[in-house]
Amino acid sequence: MSVINYGQLLQLAWPEIILTVAALIALAADLLFFRQSALRTRFLVAASIASIGCIAAIFKLLPGSSEGMLLGGVFLSNPATHLVQIALLVIAILTLFLSVDSTFTDHVGEFVLLILLATTGMMFLVASQDLLVIFISLELLSLSVYILAGFDKRSSRSAEAALKYFLFGGMSAAFMLFGFSLLYGFSNSTNLVQIASAIHAVPLNPLVILAIVTTVIGFGFKIAAAPFHFWAPDVYQGAPTPSAAFIASGSKVASFFIFFQVLVIGFAGAEGSATLHHFQSGWVPVIVTVAVASMLLGNLVAITQTSLRRLLAYSAVAHAGYMLLAYVAHSEQSLAALLYYVATYALATLGIFGILTVTEKQLGNDKISDLAGLSRRAPFLSACLFIFVLSLAGIPPLSGFFAKFLLFTAVLAVSPGSKLLIGLIIFAIGMSAVSLYYYLRVLKSAFVADPPADATPIQSPMLLQLVVGLLAAGVVALGCAPDLILNQILKVIHASGL
Amino acid sequence: MLAWTIYISFLGALVLLLLPSRNAALVRVLALATTLVTFAITLTAFLQHRSGEMFTVVDYPWISSLGIHFSLKADGISLTLLLLTGVIGVCGVLFSWDVDHRIKEFFAFYLVLIGAVYGVFLSFDLFLLFVFYEIVVIPKYFLIAIWGSTRREYAAMKLVLYSFIGSAMVLVGLIAAYVVAGSRSMSLGDLAGYQYSPHFQMWAFPLVFVGFGILAGLWPFHTWAPTGHVAAPTAASMLLAGVVMKLGAYGCLRVAMTLFPLGLAPWGFHVLGLGSWRDVFAVLAVIGILYGALVALVQKDFKFVIGYSSISHMGFILLGLMTLNQIGLSGAVVQMVSHGILAGLLFAVVGRMVYSRTHTRDLPALGPMHMNKALPFAAFTFVIAGMASMGLPGFSGFAAELMILIGVWHSYPTLILFVGIGLIAGVAYIWRAMQQAFFTGPTPAAAVAPPDHPLPPITFPEKLGAGILICSSVIVGTFPQVFLNVIHPALNSPLFQGLRNGGW
Repeated sequence: MSVINYGQLLQLAWPEIILTVAALIALAADLLFFRQSALRTRFLVAASIASIGCIAAIFKLLPGSSEGMLLGGVFLSNPATHLVQIALLVIAILTLFLSVDSTFTDHVGEFVLLILLATTGMMFLVASQDLLVIFISLELLSLSVYILAGFDKRSSRSAEAALKYFLFGGMSAAFMLFGFSLLYGFSNSTNLVQIASAIHAVPLNPLVILAIVTTVIGFGFKIAAAPFHFWAPDVYQGAPTPSAAFIASGSKVASFFIFFQVLVIGFAGAEGSATLHHFQSGWVPVIVTVAVASMLLGNLVAITQTSLRRLLAYSAVAHAGYMLLAYVAHSEQSLAALLYYVATYALATLGIFGILTVTEKQLGNDKISDLAGLSRRAPFLSACLFIFVLSLAGIPPLSGFFAKFLLFTAVLAVSPGSKLLIGLIIFAIGMSAVSLYYYLRVLKSAFVADPPADATPIQSPMLLQLVVGLLAAGVVALGCAPDLILNQILKVIHASGL
Repeated sequence: MLAWTIYISFLGALVLLLLPSRNAALVRVLALATTLVTFAITLTAFLQHRSGEMFTVVDYPWISSLGIHFSLKADGISLTLLLLTGVIGVCGVLFSWDVDHRIKEFFAFYLVLIGAVYGVFLSFDLFLLFVFYEIVVIPKYFLIAIWGSTRREYAAMKLVLYSFIGSAMVLVGLIAAYVVAGSRSMSLGDLAGYQYSPHFQMWAFPLVFVGFGILAGLWPFHTWAPTGHVAAPTAASMLLAGVVMKLGAYGCLRVAMTLFPLGLAPWGFHVLGLGSWRDVFAVLAVIGILYGALVALVQKDFKFVIGYSSISHMGFILLGLMTLNQIGLSGAVVQMVSHGILAGLLFAVVGRMVYSRTHTRDLPALGPMHMNKALPFAAFTFVIAGMASMGLPGFSGFAAELMILIGVWHSYPTLILFVGIGLIAGVAYIWRAMQQAFFTGPTPAAAVAPPDHPLPPITFPEKLGAGILICSSVIVGTFPQVFLNVIHPALNSPLFQGLRNGGW
């Protein structure tokens, strides 16, 4: 049993510590000094303090910062985790600034605190290869976002969303914990690498299969893959916009990354095979099933939605299906493609929620049909909407297209002759052709339909326009010049030996 | 230099969108200037590169980890089609002079579309080609859905979904080709040089060919075309029929057939008398020719006549591709140009000269208006365009169809009969439309009531546009050699090596 080196722990956990301190300062500042100020000022101050904390944490994570591993993977710090953590912090900053003009609550300090605590949870989550720490950080993340979902106390929708999210989340956490306990019993360790070697030592036994299934259920809930997606439409619709944006972006990035780690490292040797003639139990067949179900259900159900938020929720299910293909391939390239995909997806989703904060406040709801004539009422925002939606649909030269291209080539490159992989890719590309229909419905409403007769120009706050504009620029830039981050991603994955 | 056709078009679109003034005249002039400059560039390039050999326009690394380059190259075939795009681009603006509704957005979408079309014709890297090919889809949707007529939202969505399904098929083929070749390069030259296994080519070829063929109006995947053309505003239908459908045919020739030449080889067995994908597509092309012509013969809507005639003419192109001999292939390329010009002209007459004045396209309703008296210029233009479209010697249609027919005679003598029927039907539907729309026969002079609202006269931009298109058709028809001189070296280049080994 190795002894923990607290000096090293402190050194490696600096970013998380900074973030926690920033969260407490933001809370204290808000409660002690700004209670009487205007709501917007309070949001601005708290978001600024929090962002300074995030930026300080990012500086601690830039290339060249300290790396290491504690207790064989309980807490680790390498270029890949740094990159993912930076992405999470950027998302947190953007979310904070998207929320500055909201009016859904006057508990500003608590709101910002929860966002930062959830971010801290995610940062620990991606930086661990130990089941216990993974579970604890996941709970920190989950409990924070449950509250965030229910933060609008005046809205019954929000309460419903939080309750549903909590109940489903609690159940899936129970499943996951059950699986983890089986793994512990089987391998006598909570470390992913040791679990893998225990699995490797003996032929696949039912306990491991049960553990695989329950683990997939647990994480499938977090990434909103079908059939564990039932919370998503209600949470996307009911939660306050900034919370929904955060749940749809940050929490996805972290969960996809750690899910990949758990499967590829923890269940190495139990991949199995899903091809018809060489079927073999393992986690690949499970993931293939979930991926196909997500693509099919997400895309088909999205077609019938009338609310933009619910549409986004089902499109999230569909995108989870595409991203799960990276797991089927589980190669270095496919992890790079997954990270690129989930990062650009998060940008586009954040952007759409940012636009929703404005349109909902002025139009009263999130009906797609109420966006009619948006292009003449808010030209800048609708231009950004155009970019985000088409990026989600996968139209070049936006980043969503390149993400899909990268993902599909990476998946196929693992075994170019595989009928299963080519079949999955044909299915995925076919489904993304279907998705264009519902994405275009959104744009049709905004650009083609005439505005209502009494329409006035929509006022949007400058700060929000700035954030949304930045996001749109990011989506275009990453699509036109993927090298900006792709080489970096490939490098860190290689350096971290994933 | 040629790369600037793309940049200038996109820049023009951006400038139009950001233009603070709402001055319609300024917007039109800017749009016209943009298209004129790009046309001038294509014309200069065409005149400079008389040899038709492939030359590099721009080439620098783009996505280094995937080996993707921003690579633009042109040869005789692409130069010819670039020139066509230039001409149609200018004329499209001239025939949109009356657009008033959301004019800045209209021309911005229009220029994005033109720029992306240039991009497809210039791209040598397949990833880049696909990027431009997809960019084409989106402006089409908005041009039709916002400024269109008859059932525009339905037609726009149908068109976009068909195009997108087509490009999804292409994407699957391209990804497979890229990965199988080792994921090192997306350059057309590199991939065409890779020896794919015959088994792979056998399924990849039809996938990619049909994917592009959907946009080229391949029967039975053509149904987006008539509804799309009919619903589109004049400039959009000119572009759609004039150049966008050519993108599909160009993709079939340039990508599907060069990458997977063995896909055209015989299967080794026969189904319904068909022994290879080549036979299948040749028969589908002939069905397209006949089907388009016969359906055009019974339409009541003037624009549907032209829409279905496009299917018929595009059938000639696809048939020309399937002849696999030099004269047939060059005929197909010339037919792309010819149909681009003539379809543009016909849609301009129907959409702009007639429909935007009379607000009806119903042939029986147009008859009593005595269009030949009311709009003599429109009648004159339609007669010329109709004659050219029937294949009267001296016009582009004749030269192109003759070459294709000779090619077919060498490769598929049995199909000649059906093609001949298609040609005759082609004369018939043009004649019928012309007669019903413009010359309803002699009526007693007294019965001709003066119309309540005299139709506005044909404007100068329209005359200019029609003049340019008619001249272009005559030039192509009388001096096809100008184009053949650059097309032949392109077809004999190493890129088509694989195709030559299997074919002529």
